[in-house]
Formats: sequence, structure tokens, C-alpha cells
Amino acid sequence: MIILISIIVGLALFFMIGVSARSALQAVAPAHHKPTFRDMPLTASFGLAVILFYIFVAVFAPLIAPYGESEVLGAQFLPWASPHYLGTDKLGRDMLTGLIYGARNTVGIAFATTALAFFVGSFLGLWAALVGGWLDQSLSRFVDALMAIPALIFSLLLLTIFGTSVLTLILVIAAVDATRVYRLARSVAQGIVVMDYIEAARLRGEGMWRLIRREILPNAMAPLVAEFGLRFCFVFLAISALSFLGLGIKPPTADWGSMVRENATLITFGDITPLLPAGAIALLTVAVNFVVDWQLHRASGLKE
Amino acid sequence: MENTRLLTIKGLKIEGRSGDAWHEIIKGVDLTLHKGEVLGLIGESGAGKSTLGLAAMGFARDGCRISGGTIDFDGIDLRTASETRRRGLRGKRIAYVAQSAAASFNPAHKLIDQYCEAPVVHGVMPRKTAEDDAVDLYRRMRLPNPDAIGFRYPHQVSGGQLQRAMTAMAMSCRPDLIIFDEPTTALDVTTQIEVMAAIRDIVRQFGTAAIYITHDLAVVAQMADRIKVLLRGDEVEEADTRSMLAAPREDYTRSLWAVRSFARAEHPSATGIPVASVGNVTAGYGAVDVLKNISFDIHAGRTVAVVGESGSGKSTTARVITGLLPPREGEVLFNGKALPASFKARSRDELRQCQMIYQMADTALNPKLRLRELIGRPAAMYLGLKGKALDSRIRDLLALIELEPDKYIDRLPSELSGGQKQRIGIARALAAEPQLIICDEVTSALDQIVQEGILKLLDRLQNEFNLAYMFITHDLATVKAIADEVVVMQHGAVVERGAKAEIFADPKEDYTRLLLSSVPEMDPDWLNRLLVARSGLTPND
Repeated sequence: MIILISIIVGLALFFMIGVSARSALQAVAPAHHKPTFRDMPLTASFGLAVILFYIFVAVFAPLIAPYGESEVLGAQFLPWASPHYLGTDKLGRDMLTGLIYGARNTVGIAFATTALAFFVGSFLGLWAALVGGWLDQSLSRFVDALMAIPALIFSLLLLTIFGTSVLTLILVIAAVDATRVYRLARSVAQGIVVMDYIEAARLRGEGMWRLIRREILPNAMAPLVAEFGLRFCFVFLAISALSFLGLGIKPPTADWGSMVRENATLITFGDITPLLPAGAIALLTVAVNFVVDWQLHRASGLKE
Repeated sequence: MENTRLLTIKGLKIEGRSGDAWHEIIKGVDLTLHKGEVLGLIGESGAGKSTLGLAAMGFARDGCRISGGTIDFDGIDLRTASETRRRGLRGKRIAYVAQSAAASFNPAHKLIDQYCEAPVVHGVMPRKTAEDDAVDLYRRMRLPNPDAIGFRYPHQVSGGQLQRAMTAMAMSCRPDLIIFDEPTTALDVTTQIEVMAAIRDIVRQFGTAAIYITHDLAVVAQMADRIKVLLRGDEVEEADTRSMLAAPREDYTRSLWAVRSFARAEHPSATGIPVASVGNVTAGYGAVDVLKNISFDIHAGRTVAVVGESGSGKSTTARVITGLLPPREGEVLFNGKALPASFKARSRDELRQCQMIYQMADTALNPKLRLRELIGRPAAMYLGLKGKALDSRIRDLLALIELEPDKYIDRLPSELSGGQKQRIGIARALAAEPQLIICDEVTSALDQIVQEGILKLLDRLQNEFNLAYMFITHDLATVKAIADEVVVMQHGAVVERGAKAEIFADPKEDYTRLLLSSVPEMDPDWLNRLLVARSGLTPND
């Protein structure tokens, strides 16, 4: 019965958020973008609303959170009751505060990592496809060699060598993920560089940067955007896995991945607190993929 | 005639979906086909020829649905028959031959395996008999080496042979009806004749009824007993081939006839230094020489048409001039000065002087850029135009190619028709203010009426800006319309070159004569006469 009710409540929430987000976006959007938002599916508007909410929380974390990020406030593992509405963790820090700051740290780091991986990977991939020859060969074989090493082992290795700051974490995971993006971007671009319009642009005397940015990239966007949504989720998992191994985001910085691990034992006592950070990750993952699907649909020309 | 009726279509309506709305593609067409009769379907692209052809098999493409009318095939209502029943008919009693045999054959299987599939699946004959039958039909289709050709893979035989093998395959179950969807459109004129003759003979031998879809009037005149003209899903007129050719009733049909009559006056003969001069060029890929010692000149204000079959090296010549393929020997002169062999070594101004228009506007225009940028980029790049000046230049160019600037400037290529896209290709070339424009089969992918518009536009621009054109084509009707000089190529060498009038009136070489005589004419007896003339025998009809 409870399950049924929660499913119904969940669906109702989904539709409510979806519909209201869509009408809100439509009202705010500039005139020539209005049709875009009018035709967007409910899933996409729900996803957008969730993402915007996460961004809001991440940006204004210090204002929203009831306590400081690393403040120890009282007993460990307190139950859900005022003033700690979601209880406390094993050090006695406020759970709600942890979740709010986690949005900032985890999402921020994951986004920065994915963005960096995409920038580097797709630029190199498009460049290799465009130039071809020895550049393509050497870059691709180098990437092949990197991909031959299991990702987790490789990032562990790099993190042990370079130390575990947030910056190295971002750089290392981005480097590992960029190899995957490179592969995709290169194979997509190889189909594009043989088109007549690329030949025409080359004959016009266009430079490398312009060819990549204006001629190839817009045509390679659809698969890259789809990959972005997927990659973003993998980066999340990678950060959580590294945190679990003690090489990721270090305490006292709040991070959803480590929050799941630290509180995991509570599950055996029937407490659902560790599911909250896990749920936060899941919700964002789903939301990102909803939006990406919508963008993909539009980019593939199925919009009309 | 009543009892010999094979296919009766009445009030057929087919709708296609775009977004959430359905709109009619075929708007109530009637069609009757008797046993052993060949009906020609002609019209521009988008007229619904192929859709109607497929409907004769009770089939509608994805995103289309048959929304009204009846399709009766030999007493079977194809609209209400079950899918199993329809599938039983397809391949067995109704067969289909697609435009591109190369794309329709499965590249992973031998021709004869694909031939045997239909008869074996439909239980018409066992595999062994089917194989013998295949060899027999290959022989009747006049394929070379009929005993062995079936054991080759599709990529091992030429396009014309593939098209004949496909027709043989369609014949495998001795169907009552074959639908030919532009079977010779992708072929060279010389190959087209062989395929046309083979198709016509085999259809007559077996008394098969056929629907022959094409946009080429001269072709349909050779093949069909009756012709039906379609325009935007509606029937324009239908008549006996001879009477339609002699006296078309409708204006639209007449306009289809008239297209071929476009011709412009020859420009004054060449003087001074040629704009571009190809001097003793030998070039190729890898160890193979594709071009062998090619030479010709292109003068300002004149059009040089380069003709030949596919594989004759026409496009490779263009690649040498543009610098995409540096020649092994020889050089390209521009206004008397030698150009660097590779485009990478050429200056921006040298690049600007020579522009190119491609055959497929679909792939030659970046689908993600708006017309403003597509046309504006060369102007901004070469002439350094910015802001207002650039905007007004783009508008001028759009006006020049007869597209309304305000309406089109912010469109994407996908929002244009085929002919309009080709106009954008022309505008992009013009934006660079070049001296030479290379037109690589620019009209081949277009309908005849649209072709005429493009040719007229090119002609007008040539007079206005004193442009030199190098016009690559395999279509001799286009050459007749627009060329001043003709260069005939075969196997990478220039066979013959000279003024258009001379070449057409008095060809010196055998190959030129063969090429010229292969262009289909509107006369329904043309193919018969030609075959008689070539073989010295009477055709078997």
C-alpha cells in the first residue's frame, strides 16, 4: 500500500514539476525560443527543472544550509528530528547540510571533469580526423595504449603519483575519460571530413580552428551530446568509487559518494538515510539524461 | 481487353506524415494495367511516382499510409489482403527493380545466391533448378560470361551489369508484373542503352506487365506502351506513347517536352591568354594514372564542357585544377602563370579565382549553417567585408540567384528545395568573385525543369560577369544547351576536343560518335533503329 501511494505521489510530482517548469520556461524565454519550449516533452522539462534546482542549491549552498559544512554538532547517527531534520552522520555532522554542500562539490567536480574531458577529447578527435596521416596515427595509438589500461587502476596510479587534491582528481578523471571521447569524436568526424562541404571549405583556404569549430563540430554535436549525458554519470561513479577507496574527495569536504559509504551500515538497521545521497545522484543522472535525450531528438532533425 | 486486366487501382490516396500532421502525397489516382503491357510513369521528383509504384505492390513506405481507394491485383484486393498473403505475392507475382542496383544487392552474398532466394522461399523451384534458370536468364539479359557471373559478388561487376542482374533476379519467379523504379537513371548513356534493350526484350519474351518509372521522357518513349504523367500526386494525363509524343494535351506535359529545347547562342571565339590552361597533365592515385597527358584551355566568358562516362577522369581533372590532386607531370596555368600544384601552397587570391560547384548540393552545403554564413563566408574571407557591407552583399547575391533575400537569408539548407540548394552553391562560388567556376555535374541530380532554370541562371551570370566555366557532365543534352567548346574524355585521355558545333555535327572519333548516338531521343522508334544500325540485324520484336 505504501509503495503504491509513493508511486502515485512520485508520478504526480513528476507531472506537476514537468508542467509547471515548462510553462515557467516558456514565459521567461525570449520570443524566438518560445516554440522550442512549447514543444518540449514533459521528461525534458522535468529534467531541466531538476538541474536548475541542483544548480540553485549548489550556488547558494552556504545560504541554504542550516549549519557549516564541517561543523560537528552533537551525537552520532541521530534520528530524523528537529533540529537535525535528516539526522547526523558518524561524526555528528548535520546530514541535510552535507547533502546541500555535496551538490556543490560532487556536481561541480563531476561537471568540470566531464566538460574538460569533452573539450580535450573532442578537439583532439576532430583534429586527428581532419589532419589524418601521422598525427591521427600517433594520437590514436597513444589513446589506444591508454585505453588498454583499466580506467580505475590507471586513475589510482595517477592519483598516487600526483597526490589527491581536487584539481588532480579532476585532471586525472578527465584525462581517462577524454580517451573515450576522443574515440567517439574521431569516428564521427571521419564520416564528416569526407563530405563535399569540408572539401569546399578547405579549398576556400579555411584554417584548422575554423574548420573544426564551424564546419565539423556542429555536425558532430548530436552523438557528442548523447555521450556527454552518459559520461557525466560515469564520472559521478568514478568519483564515488575513488572516494570509497579513499583517493577521491577527502573529508571534511562533503561528497555524496562518500556519504553513501560512511552511512551504509545504517541500512541494516532499517534507516533509509544512506539512500538520500544515493537518490540525489540517481535523480540528477536521470534528469541529465532526460534533457540530453531531448536535445538529441532535436539535433537529429526529428523535431518537425 | 476487360478480361486481361492485371492491375486496377482506383481513387488511390496515400498520405505521408510530417510531424503530427498527415498530408496527401497521392491524391486519388486511377491506374489500369493489362497483362503484358508496359506503362511509363513520368513526373518530377516529389510527383509521387515511386510511391505509386510501391503501392502497386500494396506497400507503403515508413511514414506513409494508404488512406483511400482500391488496389486490385488479378482479383486480389491488396489493401485488405493479409500481410502474409501480400508477402506471398511479392517477389513471386509482383517484383521490384530499384534505381540503384549497387545499393539494393546485399554486398555479402554472391549474385546467384540472391537470385535463388525468391524462387526457393516461394517454393517455385528447388535450388538446383533455380541456379540453371539464373544462368539462362543471365544469358537472355546478355550479361557477359553468364555461366560464371552469378558466382561473383556485387562489387565485382559493373553498374550496368548489376542492373541487368537485378532485372534477371526480378524475373526469377516469372512474375506477372515488374515495377522498374528509374532503373537506368544512374547509368552512363552508353550503358543505359544496353540495359534498356535487355529489359525491353525480356519483358516482351515473357509477356510480363511492367510499370516503368522515370523522369526521362526519351527513355520512357522507348520502353512504354502507354505513358501516365504525374504532377504533385495528381494525374496530368495518360495516353498511348505515340499519341502523347505526337500531341500532348496538357500544358504541363508540353513544358516537360520544351525543357530540352533550351540552347543559347555560342559566345565569340577565344582570344588572348586563357583564364585556365591545363598543360600535359598526368595524374593519378597511387601507382595508377587516372589522367594521361591532358591538355585544354578555358577562356574568359566561355564554357568548356568536359564529357565522358563515369571513370573517364572528368572529376579528377577538376581535382587537379583546384589543387586537391597535385599532378605527376604537367602544370595548370592561370592567366598564363603556373599555379602551385597543391591548394595548400596557393595564395588566398589564387584560391579565390577558381571556385567549384558540386553535384550534390546536399553534401556540398554544411547542413548546420544558415545561408547568411554559407554565402557570406567567402565574401568575408576574401573581400574582407564586415557588418553592414557584408549583409548587403549577401542580399545582393541572394537576389542574383533569384531568391528573395528577406525570406531566405536565415534559412538552413534543409529548408530549401533541391534546385534552391544548387542556387546557393552557385551563390557561394560567386561570392568569391572568381574568374573560373568548375561545375561538377551540377544539374545531374535535378529534375529537368529545375535543370533548365539552373542552366539559364548560369548562362546569365556568365554574361554578366564574364565568367569562364568548366562544365563537367555526362549528359549530352546539357552540353548541347550550354557549351562553347567540348572536350570528350575516355579512360583518362582526351579523345577529341573542339567547338561544340563541330563536335556535334562532324565527330572525328569513333568514341565521340558512339557517345552522341547513345543519347536517347524522343522518337519511340529510336532504340529499334539504333540497335539495328549497330548490329546490322533486325531486333527481335
